[in-house]
Amino acid sequence: MIGAKALITALEKEGVQVIFGLPGGANLPIYDALVDAHLRHILVRHEQSASHMADGYARIKRKAGICFATSGPGATNLITGIATAHADSSPLIAITGQVPLAMIGKDAFQETDIIGVANPCTKYAFQPREASEIPETVKKAFYIAQSGRPGPVLIDIPKDVQQANAEVTFPDLIKVRGYNPVIDADISQLGKAVETMLRAEKPIIMAGGGVILSGAFSELQALAELLMAPVVTTFKGKGSFPENHPLAMGPIGMHGHAEANKIILEADCILAIGARFSDRSVGRFDEFGKGMSIIHMDVDPSEIGKNKNVDIAVVGDVKSSLRTAVKMLSKQIVKKREADNPWLRRRKELIDYYADTIKDYSRELTAKKTLKKLREMLPTDAIVTTEVGQCQMWTSLHFDIIAPGTFFSSTGLGTMGFGFPASIGAKAARPDVPVIDIAGDGSFNMTENSLAVSVLDNLPVIVFLMNNYMLGMVAQWQRTFYNRRYMGVHQHNCPDYVKIAQAYGAQGIRAQSMDELEKAIKNALNVQVATVIDITIDPEEDVYPFVAPGTGLKDMITGA
Amino acid sequence: MSTTITTANSVSKEVVESWYIVAALVENKPGVLFRVTNLFRARSFNIESITVGSTEQIDLSRMTITTKSDEKTLDQLVKQLRKLIDVVDVRVLDSAKTVYRELALIKMKAGDPTTRMEITTYASIFRANILDIAKDTIMVEITGTPDKIDAFKNLVSHFGIIQLARTGVSALPRGEDM
Repeated sequence: MIGAKALITALEKEGVQVIFGLPGGANLPIYDALVDAHLRHILVRHEQSASHMADGYARIKRKAGICFATSGPGATNLITGIATAHADSSPLIAITGQVPLAMIGKDAFQETDIIGVANPCTKYAFQPREASEIPETVKKAFYIAQSGRPGPVLIDIPKDVQQANAEVTFPDLIKVRGYNPVIDADISQLGKAVETMLRAEKPIIMAGGGVILSGAFSELQALAELLMAPVVTTFKGKGSFPENHPLAMGPIGMHGHAEANKIILEADCILAIGARFSDRSVGRFDEFGKGMSIIHMDVDPSEIGKNKNVDIAVVGDVKSSLRTAVKMLSKQIVKKREADNPWLRRRKELIDYYADTIKDYSRELTAKKTLKKLREMLPTDAIVTTEVGQCQMWTSLHFDIIAPGTFFSSTGLGTMGFGFPASIGAKAARPDVPVIDIAGDGSFNMTENSLAVSVLDNLPVIVFLMNNYMLGMVAQWQRTFYNRRYMGVHQHNCPDYVKIAQAYGAQGIRAQSMDELEKAIKNALNVQVATVIDITIDPEEDVYPFVAPGTGLKDMITGA
Repeated sequence: MSTTITTANSVSKEVVESWYIVAALVENKPGVLFRVTNLFRARSFNIESITVGSTEQIDLSRMTITTKSDEKTLDQLVKQLRKLIDVVDVRVLDSAKTVYRELALIKMKAGDPTTRMEITTYASIFRANILDIAKDTIMVEITGTPDKIDAFKNLVSHFGIIQLARTGVSALPRGEDM
């Protein structure tokens, strides 16, 4: 069997169904082997989109998404998507062609040292040098990408290795001796954590992306209800806990919910689950959680003490840790805390206070009003992703995620252009539910050529385009911190997104009133074609609340 | 677990920095040193020396890293190293229970017989070897702890050091310790 065939067979054995990619000189043997395979290949228009699509697919399937690219520029074009997946711990497997072994190091045409380039933004990068190594390499790649703290893996295969004939065997089990992710946490640490939670009078749960990655939704809910603890999330943790739950407080952080940012300052015990205390979530590391007990549950030991020193560390898969914690707590709680207690009354008080304090603009179409309308009209199982910038932060603030696991975004790297291709990947994973990309024009512009994929591959998604023809978040910072000295933020009414959609055979609808918006959403949900809803919003609209960079959550500004 | 190996503690911004020796067993294959050093660069870990060489096991290499850092940074360094797939084991060595050595080659100006005599005497006191003598130069090989090499270097620096090469520290735990 030749190497390329061994690769495709190994992928099939892993249960791969979909591949996002683009062929070129150095991966032609792989594409030739694809002809006879029973795999769905989705041809992208730019490799960056292939990596985002595979990432979106992975986040919804909660198993590895696959993308293909050729050597050199094909491979480097994947990098933004690989780095995005790395920052958000998404199991992506990128498979690149490479120049033949004898040409490596000779600065050959379309040669790039992709192993070197990918090293800092992958969990691991392989370069099999014999065709016979391919099956084991693929097996290891899946194991590494999907286990422990998930992350991207790259396999770079020289063209002659793809073409070489070899005796191949497909291992059922492999071992990587330097890689042993912890699943079940130390029971005595868990015991200490449970004891601390029980003692707390004002406990708060801070749920991060790890809850979503491990699918610990019901365990989290059970724990919160046992402790009667309010639940804030990080932005990446949005969708780990139903945002209409009586204990939910929404995301904390730079553009977190005001009540969430406030209540976490008043807690006496923070239980951080699958969260990494990022600067965007907690503000200043030294101020956050001062004087409180902090319990940190995470699968990655290197996250313990990285940004924040904690009192109790529970290293292990958070689903397993939570399950055990819930069991321990159920035994120890003799009388459940009443829903009517001072701490939960404080929760309600803060929510009411900020609901009255933070005013929306009086215009007909504001970010808040359009997003509330969208939520009202979307089924709860619809999958929602976002682009990056104001559109993303407005979603964090004004769009409640009800069904766990139906939301994701480029939260760590903050990759503009991520949402649209990622939503197409999500649609490939879940064709039965509506998939929406809440977008801004600046981001959508970056990868809008994926409209071709959405149309031709019958992966209809809805682009909810909040269009202010501005790089809105940059403009907001220039407004706030640079005295309105705008530079490089205006898009000058270009392009016409309705026409762009139509040019690709998609549907483009402009919405300039609430009535038009309602009709457009209804229409988009009822057709089987990609739809861009171009919603005109005001370029001066800001995102508030705001915790300015380098400050603490207590310094939150609630309005201009 | 971690101990100071020299008295060269420095205090800055209330963070106490000490010298540490970190030993890592890594896969003996191409690219591993790159992965380790790239990690140090990316996370701004300050490395004084790093040595890599073969071990008793054909498929494993031993890396010895010396670093001057505070405990929090050391903790991260160890955890981040452990996280690398090619790193099989990482230990912070306890200097009291560790043998550690470095080798240095030092080439000095030594044109006149008095200087040569003086250098030869110093070398013998430090149990260093004279490896090469030319018309105007002398080359000394010295093995020992980094402190000892520093002391010798300081002693001979006034002769004029022309070239100096240090290997960095190699270390193994004493006795039954692994």
